[in-house]
Formats: sequence, C-alpha cells, structure tokens
Amino acid sequence: MSEATSFQEQSKSLPEIAARFPDLHPAFDKQAAVPEANRCLFCFDAPCTQACPTHIDVPKFIKKIASGNLMGSAKTILDANILGASCSRACPVQVLCEGACVMHRYNKKPIEIARLQRFAMDALHESGAPLPFSPGEETGKAVALIGGGPASLACAAELRRRGIRADIYDARPLPGGLNTYGIAEYKLTLEASLREIDMLAQLGVNFHFNVMVDAAKLAELEAAYDAVFLGLGLGAIHRLGVAGEQMQGVTNALDFIAGYKGGEITSAPERVAVVGAGNTAIDAANAAVRLGAREVHMIYRRGPEQMSAFDFEYEHAKQEGVKFLWHVQSVGIQGSDAVAGLELQKLEPSADGSLAPAAGSNFVLPVDLIVLAIGQSTHTEFLTAFNDRAETVRLERGRILIDRVSGQTSNPKYFAGGDCTNGGREVVDAVADGKRAGIGIAAWLEGNNANA
Amino acid sequence: MPTLEATFAGIKCMNPFWLASAPPTNCGEQIMRAFDAGWGGAVWKTIGAPITNVSSRYSSIDWNGQRMMGFNNIELISDRPTEVNLREISEVKRRYPKHVVIASLMVESKQDVWHEMVQRAEDAGADGLELNFGCPHGMSERGMGSAVGQVPEYCQQITGWVKEKARTPVIVKLTPNISDIRIPARAAKRGGADALSAINTINSITGIDLHTLEPRPMVDGKSSHGGYCGPAVKPIALNMVQQVNSDFTDGDPLPMSGIGGIGSWQDAAEFILLGSGTVQVCTAAMHFGYRIVEDMADGLLEWMRQKGYETIDDFRGLSLPNMREWKNLNLNYRVVAEIHAEKCIGCQLCYTACWDGAHQCIHLDRADGGMKQPVIGTDPRYAHAEPNPHGKPTPAMVLCESSKVISTTPIPKLDRGGLGVNSSLTPIERIPRVDVDECVGCNLCSLVCPVPDCITMERVENELPSQTWAERVAAGAVPAGAEHAGNPNN
Repeated sequence: MSEATSFQEQSKSLPEIAARFPDLHPAFDKQAAVPEANRCLFCFDAPCTQACPTHIDVPKFIKKIASGNLMGSAKTILDANILGASCSRACPVQVLCEGACVMHRYNKKPIEIARLQRFAMDALHESGAPLPFSPGEETGKAVALIGGGPASLACAAELRRRGIRADIYDARPLPGGLNTYGIAEYKLTLEASLREIDMLAQLGVNFHFNVMVDAAKLAELEAAYDAVFLGLGLGAIHRLGVAGEQMQGVTNALDFIAGYKGGEITSAPERVAVVGAGNTAIDAANAAVRLGAREVHMIYRRGPEQMSAFDFEYEHAKQEGVKFLWHVQSVGIQGSDAVAGLELQKLEPSADGSLAPAAGSNFVLPVDLIVLAIGQSTHTEFLTAFNDRAETVRLERGRILIDRVSGQTSNPKYFAGGDCTNGGREVVDAVADGKRAGIGIAAWLEGNNANA
Repeated sequence: MPTLEATFAGIKCMNPFWLASAPPTNCGEQIMRAFDAGWGGAVWKTIGAPITNVSSRYSSIDWNGQRMMGFNNIELISDRPTEVNLREISEVKRRYPKHVVIASLMVESKQDVWHEMVQRAEDAGADGLELNFGCPHGMSERGMGSAVGQVPEYCQQITGWVKEKARTPVIVKLTPNISDIRIPARAAKRGGADALSAINTINSITGIDLHTLEPRPMVDGKSSHGGYCGPAVKPIALNMVQQVNSDFTDGDPLPMSGIGGIGSWQDAAEFILLGSGTVQVCTAAMHFGYRIVEDMADGLLEWMRQKGYETIDDFRGLSLPNMREWKNLNLNYRVVAEIHAEKCIGCQLCYTACWDGAHQCIHLDRADGGMKQPVIGTDPRYAHAEPNPHGKPTPAMVLCESSKVISTTPIPKLDRGGLGVNSSLTPIERIPRVDVDECVGCNLCSLVCPVPDCITMERVENELPSQTWAERVAAGAVPAGAEHAGNPNN
C-alpha cells in the first residue's frame, strides 16, 4: 500500500506560498559546505552529539561531508534520526547541537551543523537512492502506532529494522503530524516533510489514514497487535474563555499554520492579533505578516523576559515587523458577525509578585483576525476508559507517564512518546522518544518470547 | 635599523630572497616585474637545448580546504631558444644592475658543451651559475638533471668542467632523491663548487583521479612521476640543508642557498638559522604571485629588529649547534603536559589522541577529583606498565556512557542550563586531566590541541644530571648488547 503511494505527490505547495515563505536558512552549496565541514574540530564524545536528543554522531557526519562521502554522511544521520532532513530544518539548534559547540569558546562561531546536516540529507534525496537501511527479517510480530507524527515514524523505523510489522493509524489524510502541518514553511516545507516520510515508507511501514482512534478502536487494536505505541501528540489549542470566540475571525495557531501550508489560506487580513508568546505563537505571527497583514500584534500576559519562545524566535519576530503588547490579557471579543476588535486589560504586578488587572485599564485593539496560541490541551482522555482494568496507562496532568529509557507505560503492552508524554517539545524530542520506544518494544517482545 | 643586504659566495645581494629556477623566472619580462616587486635575485629557468613540454604539467595536494599544500610538476627546462634567454639576461642585467641574476644551466654531459654554455651565460652578464643536477623528471631520462646529481662521480666531474671555465661563482643544486644528500654535496665540493643550493623537487605521484583511475597530472590519460615541492616539503628540505651544513667531513661547508616550501619570512628565517645564506622560492610565488616577497622582507626585518640582529650573517646558522645526533640528547630531561583549564574549550582531542596515539595518561575524571592515589613508578620508559594501569574508563566506555544520556530540548525560562546551552566556561567534566606520573612528555596532546597555549609542556625538575645515550654507553650503563643496537654504518 505504502509503496504505491508518494505522499509528496499528494500535496504540492502553492507557488505563492513558496514565494512568501522562502528558506530562513538557505541550503549550503558544496563550495560552502566543505569549508564549513573542515572547520569542525572533530571533538571526542562531542558536546553537539550529547546535546542532540537523538545523539546524531555530528562530527562523524561532518567529516564525511569533508571527505566527499555524502551517502555515508546521510546514513550516519539517519541511523540516529530517521527524520534527519526535517530536524536539520526545524530544530532550534541554537539551544541544541550548535549551542553546545565548543567553538563558542574558541572563536565564537559555532559550526553550522544544521545546514551541514541538511546538505547531506539533500544530497541523499537528490541522488534518488533509497533509504540506506533494510527491513529486518520478519519476526511475525506486529505493532499498532497511534498517530502518524515524528514519534510514531521514528518508532516504526526502529521496528521495521528489527523485522516487526508497523501499522500507523492517523486521523489526517497525510502522515507526519505537526512535522507536516505545524512547522513554519520557511523552516520546513510540507513537501520536504512528506518527501522524508516517503523514504521511510520504503521500510514497509503501513499507513492507515483518516482513522480516528477512540477507546473502542483502541481496544480492537490492542487485541489485534502485540504492542501499541501511543504517539498521539497534543489536542486542541486552549480557548480564551471569553464571549465571541465562536465568531468568524477567531482561529488558532495550529489551524492557521496548517491552513496556509496546505494552501487553504493564502492571505491574512489587515490587522491580526496573536494571543500567546510561545514558539507556535511566533510562527503564526510571522506567517500573518508574510500573508499580507499590515499590522500584527502579539498579546501576552507577562513581559518579554517570561515569554516561552526561544530568544532567537523573538528576535526573528521583531525582524518580521511583529509588534508586542506586554502585560495585557484578553477579556472580550468585539464584533457583530465578524471580529472587529480584541478587548484587552492591562495587568500590573501586585505585592506578592502575581499579576493583577489594573482597574479601568481596558482598551480595544482593532483587529480582523484573532489567532489563539495559548497552549494545547492533551487528548488522552479516551485512555481513561481503561481505568477500570488492572493495567492502566497512567497519566499525569493529561500526559502519559513513561519509562524514559524504553518508552513503556504503566501498561506493559503500551508504549508512548512525543508531545503526549512531554507536554509539547520539539520534533527531535519526539523522534528520540519514538526511537527509544521502538528499541524498547523490540526488547520487550523478545523478552516475552524468551519467557514463553 | 637592520639590513637584508648580504653577500652570498661573493655575490652582493640586496636581500636574500631569490626566485628559484622555475616558471616564475621563465623570461626577462617576468623577472623584471619580480625585481620591481622586491625580489633580490632570480635563478633563470634552466637554460639548455630547448625541449618540448607536455600538457598538462602540474598537480597538487589540497589539505583540509587549503589549496596546494604540496605541488608537483612534470615541466622540463626552458623551452625557449638559448640565444633568446641569454639576450634577455643581458637586458635584465642592463636595467637592473644591482639585482642578482643566476643562470641555471643543464646541458648534455660533455666537457666542451658545458664549456661553451658557461662562457655564453657569463658573457650575457649572469652574476653566477647554478648547475641543475636535480631535475627529477624527463631530463633525468636523458642522462641530465638528477641523473647527474645521483651519481657523485658525475656530479664532481661536471662541476670540475664548469669550474675550468667559470669566472663567476658556481652553485650546484642538489637533488633530494638520494639516500644521503651529504654524498653528492661532498662530490660537488671536490669538483670545486663555490656554493650549493638544496633541495630540488622530490619524486612524486600526487594522486589519482578516482573516477577515471588516471594519475595526475594527466597527459592523454597517462602520467609520469613529477617533482614535489611547496609547503609539504619544507621539513624534508630543512633536514637536508642542515645535514649538509653540519657536515665538516671535507672542511667547512660551502655557502648554501636554501630551497623547499619557503613562502613566508618565518620559513626564510628557519632556513637561514640552519645556515642558508639566501633562500629560493617558487611554489608560493606561483600560488600568490611575486607580491609575497613584500611581507617576507618586512616580516624578516621586524623579527631581526626584535631579536637585535643587524644582518643576515648575525643569525645565519645559529640553530645548527642545536641539532644533534639522537645519541647526544639528554635522556634525563623530562617534560610533562599541563592542561590550562581556563583556556580549555572541551574538545577532548588531547584525550582521544593520548589514548589512541600515545600513552593513555589523559583522563576525564577532573569532576571526580582526579586520581585519589597516584601510583608512583610505572613510568613506561623504565618499566613495562600494564595498559590502562589505573583502571580509568577507556574511550569506548566513555562513549557508551554518553549514549545512555537522555537529552531533551530545553524549554525557555523553564529549563535552565541544558546540554545545548553554550557557556563561556567549559564544564569541568569536559576538561581532561593529565596523569603527570604516567606522562612521557611526547608533545602529542599539545600538538592536537586547537587552542594556543592551552596545553604546555612543563619541565619536571628531577635533579638528575644531564646524561646522553652516548655517555651511558661510555659509562657501561646500558644493557648488554644495547650499545650496538642501531645502524651498523654509524
């Protein structure tokens, strides 16, 4: 099934979107990549490798670029991180590999690891060569993976390399989860995400799309498979909880980003307010600017020193022309049939350090579109349907509790990883979780065999 | 103010920087431009019966992104008629009377042919003659170049023929493609040479095209060994220059014009410190043009000023007494590596180098307080120490531990620190520690360390008097039989 389908062919970016969201970090050409690769000191037990959640052997793949062994370089990357191409574009490397580079203490110029990684991965893709791994000898075991995002994809790759059948169930029509639908297009295009998953499909991963897994379906899958991997991601974006939220002109950051990436949204109105100050909020605000909004405000309850976005994301938003309203909270939405304004109230620090509304400080920001980006809920409730059973998949504040090394949940047949376990981190964290879980599942299945 | 003026084998030089006989000295127009750029002399591209060259002619070795670490050519001597070369020598000397023009010569090994060529070159106005006994490719197949330099009798005989006729100083250019360069140097001296120059290029194959399997430089799918030069050969050249300049077998050494990988004032200073009176440059000028001489002169003068040297002769040969045979080195001198933690960037190249390439005495236990109980007396120079004598983790064990660490992307404001957060301070667990008791003072760690002065080699005072191997042998303080170990020729 998967062999016959090229995901990349099924969804092409619109030319106008491609034009408005060019690469934030353009690809290296060979002239630039090799000198940069030669700058790498080839550290022992390299800090970049340690900092990478998937522990890509960074000096090893970089030296292979320097030596001209690009296929070996790509294999080194993929061996540790099956989504090496996506991660080379989407990772916040400033706080990961490049942040850990010893060159910060040498000449203040860290090696451009991400762009080198992309260079090697692009070379593999452009060569047309298949994934440099083969499925393992079939064991007859099978695992159902719920959700088709990075965690499940990475888990599936590990399973297939060990000869275990991997069936992915996803609610959407295309795989990749937030990797495909949720990353700013100037970092990772929808096509690039799908291209990478196309390669993964060569390992014989089976995809079942448009399948919403509820408690009943899960019970069915549990009975049919030897193990279940939960790569559910997170749920809907929180609501503001003010009147008028159902009005036209109120959306959330994930729908907004997925909309323009998929080509359903091709422009933004004049005035846009993004509520929230995390990385997703910044992606949405920047997208609004690039889609033609003349004035984009970010609305945040606290100040820049508390915002949860990375510093470099904040700097990027400022460069894009995004404006910031600090220490305000949304208290109402104005408009009759469509949004006309966002009513805000100023917050002031009180004696105990908490923020309190300032009396009489309400004002209205005229806007045509409100994009909510104030965090996502979990959607693990359906797992609680098992609560009456002995072996529960235990949750904590909606997150699935796992053993960090093996990904195993409190129910030994269930493994989990990615945002549904960590509350929402990066693609690379999900890949690392999925990888560990894939290895963990294989070990557990083998142990079961040994015990049988 | 120091001066670069010097006299070499009787030839007055405004500076010691000569262009070697090679493509940069192919014609008078080039040489006059070179003199304008600051070169003090030029050795004309070897004159002889005109030859026919092949296409292509050069190839090179790049290293780590840098071009032409080593350079190779299969070009022959001048392909221009002798009378044209000689006419241009006259022209150059007429226009640049104070600059040095040396005629490099190579003709068939007949006395009358050499006599005629010497006469014509000197009549043209050359300040001196350089006999090309070194060209290792092409010409040697015809009984010239290194075919002469490799046979001491030929070397002596032809030098003698030239000296029968010559009125100007005769410099014999030596080939490095022999087992002991002192032998042809002595032969040239017996033949009456006034000076020597060394080294010519080294037989080489620079590489093979891995697509076509054709070696480079490629001539219609084939290649031929060439002459290797450029920065890569400098250490070989320095050694050969020193060997000749320290050889007092037949009396005082002859003046030496040093050649081989020189491209900077530091290179020049090193050749002069090992006894060279002038230096000759080719590859660097081919790479970057004649303009490189400006900093060679400027930098050398500044260094001389700092060191208090007024003339080239003030420091010429000063390093020769510091070169000895191994048996005359002090066996009781000891240095150990010291890692200056405040400079360490945490790359751990010293660690992996010491474990795989040296003596397993750098460890990653600084955060654990280092070795609790130092073990004295297992210095592997004196006893066969067990591998990894202190049970420290091997590199493989270190990597295995690292692979188990679970790293996550830090969430801003929530996760302070984190592995990916750079710091101007190197984490202490990444700063290696030297086990000074086990360190043999090999230098390797200090050589691989990318940070200047981060690893220094510090002298250990052991209160032992200086003692060399030769002295130990003389004192009968070596194991039976060991005193004879070594080259039976020595």
